[in-house]
Amino acid sequence: MRVFHFSEQPYPDAWDPSATSLRITLPNRLCDPQVAAELYNRYYDDWMLADDLGFDIMVNEHHSTATCLSASCHVTLSILARITKKARLLALGVPLANRTDPLRVAEELSMIDVISRGRLIMGFVKGVPFEVPVANSNPGRMMERLWEAHDFILKAMTSHDGPFNWEGQYFHYRNVNIWPRPWQQPHPPVWITAMSMSSAAPIAERGHVLATFLSGYRTRPLFDAYRAAWKQAWSTEAPADRLAYLALAATASTEEEAHRRAAEISRYVTTTGIVAEQFRNPPGYSSIEDNARMLKQAGTKPARMVPTRSGGSIDIAGAQQTVPNLIEAGLMFAGTPDQVFNQIVDFDRACGGFDNLLLMMQGGALTRADTTDSLTLFGREVLPRLREYSRDKASRENAAA
Amino acid sequence: MQELDLAPEFVEVAGVRTELRQEGAGRPILFLHPGMGIGLDGSSAFVRRMSEVGGVLAPSHPGFGASELPSWMNSVDDLAYFYLDLLDKLDLRDVVLVGASLGGWIAAAVAVKSTARLCSVVLLDAFGIKISGRETRDIADVHALTRTELSRRLYANPTADTRDFASFSDDRLRAIARGRETEAFIAWSPYMYDPKLIHRLHRIDVPTLVLWGAADGIVAPDYGRAYASAIPNARFHLIDGAAHMPHIEQPIAVAALVASLAGFHQKSRVPA
Repeated sequence: MRVFHFSEQPYPDAWDPSATSLRITLPNRLCDPQVAAELYNRYYDDWMLADDLGFDIMVNEHHSTATCLSASCHVTLSILARITKKARLLALGVPLANRTDPLRVAEELSMIDVISRGRLIMGFVKGVPFEVPVANSNPGRMMERLWEAHDFILKAMTSHDGPFNWEGQYFHYRNVNIWPRPWQQPHPPVWITAMSMSSAAPIAERGHVLATFLSGYRTRPLFDAYRAAWKQAWSTEAPADRLAYLALAATASTEEEAHRRAAEISRYVTTTGIVAEQFRNPPGYSSIEDNARMLKQAGTKPARMVPTRSGGSIDIAGAQQTVPNLIEAGLMFAGTPDQVFNQIVDFDRACGGFDNLLLMMQGGALTRADTTDSLTLFGREVLPRLREYSRDKASRENAAA
Repeated sequence: MQELDLAPEFVEVAGVRTELRQEGAGRPILFLHPGMGIGLDGSSAFVRRMSEVGGVLAPSHPGFGASELPSWMNSVDDLAYFYLDLLDKLDLRDVVLVGASLGGWIAAAVAVKSTARLCSVVLLDAFGIKISGRETRDIADVHALTRTELSRRLYANPTADTRDFASFSDDRLRAIARGRETEAFIAWSPYMYDPKLIHRLHRIDVPTLVLWGAADGIVAPDYGRAYASAIPNARFHLIDGAAHMPHIEQPIAVAALVASLAGFHQKSRVPA
């Protein structure tokens, strides 16, 4: 199992839970560049440590927000490509449906792949709804745009005999001939995020990795949809390395301390959804059916019920968003190294097995010292056991086959 | 707010299955609805009033109501050509073309292409042109407004917006969702206008009435005045007691002004 350390690179000083919006409208006078500089450099230090400890690295991007200082996966990865040694570098992701220029995406990702000597993983995402107004990209037909940009980028990375022409529905180029070409052949691995079962098949059919974020015990049906589509397309069982899951995580030498760290990281969950109502759902982003349902329910505020490990369901909204509840819902792994290992193995079994674990181990105002300690404990005591667990699982499967 | 309860029929226009409501007889009055969609926007009183002076045709634009949206259509220009096709298909002559808000933009985009089948044009709080500088919005960003704020800007009397979505049928809710999606899809950027339209308005050579709700909080009356001044034979009227939707808030006054134009006769320029 590969484990990726992830931080959104938050700017928690500007988080005010009573604000109507921490995104889009939050004025940037609340951003002190000196504080931001400290934070950036500190997060890069965390990733360098993670690299030394045997983690892989995941970065993301958001726009006009204090929840995430990374406005570009490419910028963050460009730096990490130079200052880290072994880690795979995962961008999850590049918001392709909000990008106007996929040629530039192909060029910059190729640069990162070459500078890192082949460590890049290209995660492509549609982009969150509330950043449509920022990018001013059209909220309609975003998946069509994503797939056309995807096709174009792969074609650009795999064409080596001079310029080609592209006259698509959304993008037009006449002389595509990127320099450099990527290090990895035929191109760096592609990951795509999916939160609904209907999104799984197009990813499986292309052989790409499906990643899902904080879907807890809804993950199994999503992974099963991917496995079914894979079997249909490739006539084999879907390898576990085609699946990825993202959760929050904290370790410490005592459960109490780990839960304290976990509670700080879980402020991500509390704050990430603080977006002014009118920006949450630009028309066309969600399906007609979903929008009709939302119109019907307008004004009501349903509890956030999520399924649990034991087959029940719990509310994780508001005061119910406790560390034990988040663990019970499979959204967080937290405790001593033993506890965390057991929680992960338990969740892996519940999902039918996946080989890529993405962990937000820094979130909120979790300090450098806490993050370092949590990463180090995880790296020394959990990572080796997870590798052993994966090896055993693989050899059992080979024996069975 | 009353819903339009006329049963729709369907016509095929340039390969597009189109939902069309008709009421009344006589001089054709083609009404192009705002982004909310016909039959969902409380326009019934207005349509009924207009049907007393002519034959009202109230289609749903492609992508709205139950009208199809071909995958290649993505602009107001596409809808304008579609309506030229509809005028041909139904062989309508001496038409009073009435458009409200988004529908007003479409009406203007039709009229700059051809007025051959039109006798007059009525624009109600129409989108479609750009008059101010690059840092000034002429048209409010309706997608950045809360529902309360949007109602306050749409209606002089915001309590006029009494739509209770929870009580609507699923079909009606889907139609609303579909219309919202299409309006955004065709008018997202530039937002709710075509930079070229103002330079083409001089081509409209039939009498034109530009009507504007005095309290419009989406597009101010001065924008309407600029619209009217760019069209050679246009008059501008403020409608009191109305904001962005004068045909809903003041249906009798607006219908009377439309009727004054419907009485204007122009010999058809389409050979019989």
